[in-house]
Amino acid sequence: MASGPACDFSTVEVVDVSRHFGRRRALAKTSLTFTAGSVAGLFGPNGAGKSTLLGVLSTLVRPTAGEVRYGGQTAAVLGDELRGRIGVLGHDLFLYGDLSARENLEFFARLYGLRNVPERVAQALTHARLEDRANDRVAAFSRGLRQRLALERALIHQPRLVLLDEPFTGLDDESAGLLTARLRGLREAGAIVLMATHDFESADGLVDRVICLKAGRVREIDAGRGSLREQYRRTMAEAWS
Amino acid sequence: MSLLRTAWLIARKDLVVEARSRELAYTTVFFALACVLVFSFAFVQEGKAIEGASSGILWVAVAFSGTLALSRAFERERQSETLRALLLAPSERAAVYLGKLIGLLALMIGVELVLVPIVGLLFDAPILRAPWLLAGLLAAGTLGFAGVGTLFAAMLVRAHSRDVLLPLLLYPITVPVLIAGVRGTAAIFATEPNLDAALAWLSILIFFDAVFVVLSLWVFDPVMSE
Repeated sequence: MASGPACDFSTVEVVDVSRHFGRRRALAKTSLTFTAGSVAGLFGPNGAGKSTLLGVLSTLVRPTAGEVRYGGQTAAVLGDELRGRIGVLGHDLFLYGDLSARENLEFFARLYGLRNVPERVAQALTHARLEDRANDRVAAFSRGLRQRLALERALIHQPRLVLLDEPFTGLDDESAGLLTARLRGLREAGAIVLMATHDFESADGLVDRVICLKAGRVREIDAGRGSLREQYRRTMAEAWS
Repeated sequence: MSLLRTAWLIARKDLVVEARSRELAYTTVFFALACVLVFSFAFVQEGKAIEGASSGILWVAVAFSGTLALSRAFERERQSETLRALLLAPSERAAVYLGKLIGLLALMIGVELVLVPIVGLLFDAPILRAPWLLAGLLAAGTLGFAGVGTLFAAMLVRAHSRDVLLPLLLYPITVPVLIAGVRGTAAIFATEPNLDAALAWLSILIFFDAVFVVLSLWVFDPVMSE
């Protein structure tokens, strides 16, 4: 991981965070700690609060109660610079269809104030294996190609905290394997990776921590004990029965 | 990243996208011209326009085509939730507002460059009588309208009824802009022009712009936080 700006951090703490949308409770007094060099998997049924938790961590969603601390400091203290250390791959891909793959990456690289933009973009295109499609409009890409490009867009500024919402969507086997290798590389580089997914097969063996979420409440299970899917099913049945 | 640099990056991106698709330019110009043409059938008889009609029609066309541009410009940011990506940039969030505003202003001024000569032609309006004053009124009015509109369009980007809500919120707040624009332009186009009155209306527009653009820059971050 490249050395970051002054607001770099090695832990992220979610402290008693609740988030309500009207009368609906998306998160209820959730507390979690993430450390550098780890990949955490976030699992749960649709509407469990996974995207809300990612939104809160990304600073896009404000908690109703509680706070998130990045290296002991809140987002309010760290200011706008904090967002330069966070990379987000949303369920929607945050890409402009009318721009080419290269133009999308260049735009976001400049938005993050990066130096050596052409080199960074070339590197990102290589990671996404889109060198030969670099000048094609993104609107003409398949979902899988857009997903690969979106991942590199989210990582172009070498963030410390990487938040991924369904990163395996639309990827073929080979691309899924490459994504897994990329996420392992991020872990080795010292990133904090939090990934919300329903793809147990791809996550099995990749994640260090398994966090289950249902109705805004969190339950953590041991990542190394047997099939991830089986453990998840058991936890869902036992913990929320 | 400085606020102005981020704003320029966003505005330039919008202009590149627009130059490529020309979707907004074509629809807004066509809509504005259709509007003026329909009014000309009603208000121009035997080659003579009703006194004062041209200034009102010019500003109605600016307001309607501006509303169309506002909603379509943010529809682009909604399609792949790119507005959220812009809000994640490590600079003041007001830069997003400013960038979108610059892009919209460029588009609306482009539309007005087509619209004003057409109004002059169809309504026999003396558009060259005080060209700098007319340009000032249009520029200040457009800034006021787009300044308020950009804030509301951004706020409504995730609302289901955004196309209905945008004009409902926008027009009542921008009534002073439309009144000052119409009266100022009418003072220039009148048979006996009153350029001092036009200048007074321009001052009101500049005051409105200063208040609402500063207010929008100030509230953009809190209103965009979910």
